Amino acid sequence: MMKLKNSATAKTMTALIYAFIGLFTVLCLAPFWLMIIGSLTKESSILRDGYQLWPQEWSLTAYQVLFASERVTRSYKVTLEVTLLGTAISMLLTSMLAYALAVRGPKYTRFIALFVVFTMLFTGGLVPWYILITRYLRLQNTIFALTLPYAISPFWMFLMRNHFRSIPESIMESAYIDGAGDLLILFRIMLPLSLPTLATIGLFYALMYWNDWYLSLMFIERRELFPLQFLLRSLVSNLMNVAISLNPKMTVMTEVPAYSVRMSTAVITIGPIVAFYPFIQKYFVKGLTVGAIKG
Amino acid sequence: MIRKPTVLSEIARHKTVYLMALPGVLFFFVFFYMPMPGLIIAFKNFKMSLGIWGSPWNGLDNFRFFFSSGIALRVTRNTLSLNVLFIVSITFFQVLLALLLNEVRSGPYKKITQSVLFLPYLMSWIIVSVIVNGFLGSDTGTINQLLVYLGLEPVNWFSRAELWPTILVVLNVWKWTGYGVVIYLAAITGIDGTLYEAATVDGANRLQRVWHITLPLLKATVVILTILSVGRIFYGDVGLIYGIIGDNAVLFSTTDVIDTYVLRALRTSSDLGMSTAIGLWQSVMGFLLVLASNKMANHYERDGALF
Repeated sequence: MMKLKNSATAKTMTALIYAFIGLFTVLCLAPFWLMIIGSLTKESSILRDGYQLWPQEWSLTAYQVLFASERVTRSYKVTLEVTLLGTAISMLLTSMLAYALAVRGPKYTRFIALFVVFTMLFTGGLVPWYILITRYLRLQNTIFALTLPYAISPFWMFLMRNHFRSIPESIMESAYIDGAGDLLILFRIMLPLSLPTLATIGLFYALMYWNDWYLSLMFIERRELFPLQFLLRSLVSNLMNVAISLNPKMTVMTEVPAYSVRMSTAVITIGPIVAFYPFIQKYFVKGLTVGAIKG
Repeated sequence: MIRKPTVLSEIARHKTVYLMALPGVLFFFVFFYMPMPGLIIAFKNFKMSLGIWGSPWNGLDNFRFFFSSGIALRVTRNTLSLNVLFIVSITFFQVLLALLLNEVRSGPYKKITQSVLFLPYLMSWIIVSVIVNGFLGSDTGTINQLLVYLGLEPVNWFSRAELWPTILVVLNVWKWTGYGVVIYLAAITGIDGTLYEAATVDGANRLQRVWHITLPLLKATVVILTILSVGRIFYGDVGLIYGIIGDNAVLFSTTDVIDTYVLRALRTSSDLGMSTAIGLWQSVMGFLLVLASNKMANHYERDGALF
């Protein structure tokens, strides 16, 4: 009797747990739903009834406007270039520094490690950083302003160093004996032995570049160099902007479906992330679980 | 006779290694160390046209003004209180969902829900701001439409400062829950399975097992992660707050943090001396807190700290 009652409560509890998780998941998904449906709703329908979870009238105009807009294609290209160039620079600099700090022979590399750690503790703050980059390095309005300031993340660099250290030293030693130099060891031995870790760190870098709008807010004034995220920001911050942002030749009077275009721009911005997500999820999970334990 | 190794001979011996470190060292030197002397702007009446070195000194005037005008109090209070709200709410939902997901049998349901929970982590705050506009827009927002449909008064969300701490908490929970679930579930998986078996033999039910085994063993991870976020408590999330609030001055009373204040000052080029002073105040307080929190983390668990 007792046992029966217990198993009944256990079943209810399990059901409640599944239901709560399901509800939370649906709430997590709702914003994406709103975005996609909003991008497919006829503008007049949004103006009349607001963003709905199921539209009265469907329309593809918001996407037609996007693909016809030179600005959007250009911004997409900028984002792609920034992501590819940035990730390439980041991976190259990060792996070389991580290797140098992982090798056990040289004596002064621990000072280099301290030199890096200190930047995680104390910074000069935003204003001197901005003045340096715009007045002295003069990087504003170049693609380098969107990549170089983020080149190495100390966190991922130390993660890679720890990974290199976990590779048995005997492998390196035998390579040394065979006459291999450090560059050769890094590129021919260490990196090929670290592919999953490289994929993880590379994906986090790529995501950072893809999602960034802070550097463009700081350093980019030329519209031709606006990344997608920054274009999207200008669409959100000002509806009047939409017409001008998408097509400079268009007069403000021309009708642009501003509300649905916001959503369609957001959809194409997250498109690649969502499309690749099923394949890359395990690398993100790996990065977080390794990274959280020790940076 | 053995010659004492000099700095130069050591570097020459490991030439390639030091050369490989050089680009990285240069990067940190240029983007992190070179701005540091610029902090003297905090003690100057800075004019862009006169440059850092040409601008006249004004002692502690910037700090005096910053603290006496009430700005210091407002932005510091907002930074600290918002961060405390974020840390508490995010940790709560992360641990709760991880515990619940741990009770779900492995299979497609677990996989799909966990994947969906993690997806928001990959979104930028600009995407979130599009979503916020979609839900909270005054005329076209889904929530106001719903309120009108239910016969209630629509709310003008973007002019009600008192509502925004809650809204920001909701957005943060949305973005970070899946991230924490990954970390906490990994920690739970690391718990020795025989403990549960022994408890079951002793007659512990499911709730008791969670309460007496999982939670105490998860405490270490929670404490370490919390201490580390407390170390960052003087730094506001610019992406979140500037990405969503932007220059909407109506909401500043509850949402303006140190970082957004400095950012706006920079964008409008107004009083850079004072905003550098604020930045210095933040850097120094942040530095002390990171050191303190790191010490605490080390004290709590060997190797638990960042460095």
